[in-house]
Amino acid sequence: MINSALEIGTTQTPEAVLFWFLAPISVLAALGMLLVKKAVHSALLLAWVMISLAIFYIAQEALFLGIVQIVVYTGAVMMLFLFILMLVGVESSDSLTENIKGLRPIAITAAIGIGGLLTSLIARATMSRDAIGLAGANREGNAFGLAALLFTKYVWAFEVVSALLITAALGAMVLAHSQRVKSNFAQRDQSIARFRKSSLSEAAGLPGSGVYALHNAVDVPAMLPDGKAAPSSISGVLEARGDMMESKKFEMKPEKEEE
Amino acid sequence: MTTSSNLVWLIALPLLSSALLLLAGKRANAWGHLLATTVSASAFAIGVVEFFAMQNRDVAARPVTQKVFTWISVGDFQVDASLLLDQLSICFVLLITGVGTLIHVYSIAYMSHDRDRRRFFAYLNLFIAAMLLLVLGDSYLNLYVGWEGVGLASYLLIGFWNEKPAYATAAKKAFIANRVGDVGLSLAIMIAFATFGDVTFKGIEEQADQASTASMTAIALMLLLAAVGKSAQFPLQSWLGDAMAGPTPVSALIHAATMVTAGVYLITRSNFVFDAAPTAQLAVIVVGVITLLFGAVIGMAKDDIKKALAASTMSQIGYMILATGLGPIGYAFAIMHLLTHGFFKASMFLGAGSVMHGMKDEVNMRKYGGIGKYMPFTFITFGLGYLAIIGVPPFAGFYSKDKIIETAFNAGGLKGVLLGGATLLGATITAFYMTRVVIMTFFGNERWGHKDEPHESPALMLIPISLLSVGSVISGFLFYRNHSLEYWLKPIVNPAGEQHLEEFLKPIVVSVLAVTAVIIGVSIAIAKYRGEISSEAPVKVNALTKAARRDLFQDDFNEKVFMRPGQLLVKKLLNFDYIALDGLVRLVGAVSVGAGQSLRKLQNGYVRSYALMMVVGVLSLLITVWLMTS
Amino acid sequence: MSIANYLYLSAILFTIGAVGVVVRRNAIVVFMCIELMLNAANLAFVTFARINGNLEGQVVAFFTMVVAACEVVVGLAIIVTIYRSRRSASVDDASLLKR
Repeated sequence: MINSALEIGTTQTPEAVLFWFLAPISVLAALGMLLVKKAVHSALLLAWVMISLAIFYIAQEALFLGIVQIVVYTGAVMMLFLFILMLVGVESSDSLTENIKGLRPIAITAAIGIGGLLTSLIARATMSRDAIGLAGANREGNAFGLAALLFTKYVWAFEVVSALLITAALGAMVLAHSQRVKSNFAQRDQSIARFRKSSLSEAAGLPGSGVYALHNAVDVPAMLPDGKAAPSSISGVLEARGDMMESKKFEMKPEKEEE
Repeated sequence: MTTSSNLVWLIALPLLSSALLLLAGKRANAWGHLLATTVSASAFAIGVVEFFAMQNRDVAARPVTQKVFTWISVGDFQVDASLLLDQLSICFVLLITGVGTLIHVYSIAYMSHDRDRRRFFAYLNLFIAAMLLLVLGDSYLNLYVGWEGVGLASYLLIGFWNEKPAYATAAKKAFIANRVGDVGLSLAIMIAFATFGDVTFKGIEEQADQASTASMTAIALMLLLAAVGKSAQFPLQSWLGDAMAGPTPVSALIHAATMVTAGVYLITRSNFVFDAAPTAQLAVIVVGVITLLFGAVIGMAKDDIKKALAASTMSQIGYMILATGLGPIGYAFAIMHLLTHGFFKASMFLGAGSVMHGMKDEVNMRKYGGIGKYMPFTFITFGLGYLAIIGVPPFAGFYSKDKIIETAFNAGGLKGVLLGGATLLGATITAFYMTRVVIMTFFGNERWGHKDEPHESPALMLIPISLLSVGSVISGFLFYRNHSLEYWLKPIVNPAGEQHLEEFLKPIVVSVLAVTAVIIGVSIAIAKYRGEISSEAPVKVNALTKAARRDLFQDDFNEKVFMRPGQLLVKKLLNFDYIALDGLVRLVGAVSVGAGQSLRKLQNGYVRSYALMMVVGVLSLLITVWLMTS
Repeated sequence: MSIANYLYLSAILFTIGAVGVVVRRNAIVVFMCIELMLNAANLAFVTFARINGNLEGQVVAFFTMVVAACEVVVGLAIIVTIYRSRRSASVDDASLLKR
């Protein structure tokens, strides 16, 4: 679908078919993103719009940008959105009634006005414009052409934007950081707490789960010297769930002694 | 046109003296009055010197000018602060400084017990300076400065004893009524400038025949309004009676001899304007006639001696205004009457002051009576003034009033008969109420209410009165003999020598009629007041007397027609200002606050609505781009 | 079919993403709608690279992807943190700045 010989101002039929197929769907998706109740649905619809935009980029010979759109935008940014939606509340949904008077009618009217004006302005601007096409610029490949521009003419902007990225990452860390309210119960504190107990039976730590000749698993308790199982050696959850195994089963029977 | 450098001192000396007295404060209390009087006398001396110098010159060379400095020089419009001393202004200069100096002397004694005497003299000097500027200015604008100055001085002097609220209110009333007239003068200056591009008397006189009758009439009517305000003519005459709240020398100087005659001066000086606007002249005549009768009627019912004299002043100025409306030939008679009136009215006011001084400042004539034998000198001088004002020959008033009555008759036709009849009637009434004043004050039963005999006033008060009485005796004859004043003023007011009016009645007939009118008035008064006069004003009086006591309802009219609607209008405008104009401002604030309140609701704390606003913003951005590129 | 159709598709997807950001209440779904918008923009860049005949558009799309990845990392970390303290992932619950 990459057109190497463009007709000025118009596209060839494959691209037209692509456009007329994808464009209405993206518009519907965008509208849907606006109208659906659940936020997760909005996110997914937006992801669809972004993918279709990536396809458009590729169709317009912006190969690098198209791939970057999928990888960065859809892949990273939209997923980030979904993660945050998870944190903030998947069930949260907007009520349908509007509590600011007149907001919706004015917004829709203004938006239609903006759309119409933009359309007519664009039409005016591009009336007699011919498209030159990117055949010349992409001579040595799209990535090469972009790099040539990016690292010569726009290198300063490039550096500044990278500084921006670093700052944004730092900013996110700072914002998400939460102060400890209580002190951290670290290893040393745990050891001290063990020795302060009434008996020193657990001063050396709890026994680990059983290690047997025939079974060695988290769900099998260790055996005490008197032959009983030590339930404190495995997680209490397993016992509560009924997943604890009998340790006697796995005892290694001694071989019959001769004489 | 000769130039001189003395003219400015006429104004500068009193002005500087006034400033010095006001600024020096209490230190000048000992000698302030003497300085002021000396300054006034020196101004008079300068005036006399200039007069004799003028007399010795040719007629054409008589006017003297002096440019003091260039006042306004804007583009094509230039007004100089220049002074003009011609035959008309010299009459006024002599009157102002002469009578003024005598009144300064009088005030030294009259105000000797007043602790603010220095301030009084400062204001008197200020008045002299302003009035001289008024008559010496060579353009309407310079005249206006003096006009305003005398208004100010009048306000300050009427309200001199401003501890009494009634006096302060009287001063305000005078100033406001004057102000209404001043609007007329301002408008006249503006119209004159618009029509001629020049506001000097000479300039306008030369261009007078090029202007349309309409603009001349407009200017003339505005000047008439100014004169009406300053000279207390109908309808702006209400302030003159209340102006008697000031000290008596003030009433004598300002409200008898000089300031109130400024209106007559204005009209006379603007003779070239009025002669080109017959309609305005008619208005002048109407105002004059109404006022002369108005003042006379009011004077009949006044028991306050000063208010009676004030009403008499109003009426006599009505005569003068009437005369100025009778055409080029009337101006000289108006000025003649003005000058003689200055003498006898000032002397009568000073005499009234002397009576008040002897009667412990009582002004109600009902509390006088029989003073003649205790204050003989005052009685004689007052009597001479009285004879002058009612027009008994050969005293001053007879000649001047007689000429006015004659000119009124000569105006021709029905108008002449009406005017002449009105002036004769005025003469009768004048005789009546002046006789009433004299009888009530100097004759009859003694109604003082106390047993202390009034004593004669000190010499410093009597000398000015006597000098003025001399004037009231001889001045009329001097002005009349050989048409001396007429010829003196002819180059100014009647240069073309036109208007030989047809004689309606022979002059001797007019004189006989005038004297008869006087005799009738005097007889009626004697008949009415010969017996016991009550010391309380009678309550049961006829309607005319009641109306006259209330100043023929002028104050009530002013209040109802102008004051109350004015106050209502102001209140409505204030309301309008508060509600509408301030409301507009407050509306801006309220809008901002309201907008803020509404916009606040957008901040509901929900992230999604903010996101929506961002979306809407993007939409509007796109719309803009779409519109810009379409 | 003209190449501009890809651009129209990009516009439509962008619009849908914008509506989603405003309308949905679950923080993670909102985030996913933002990702959708970024992807729509990437599609447009790649198409323009094709129209203009050089790889600059693809370089920009590449950088967009990197930055989007960083943003997702940090954003989700934040969501997790908020969820930990508030126990809710709804966007409407963070409304303390209201009037």
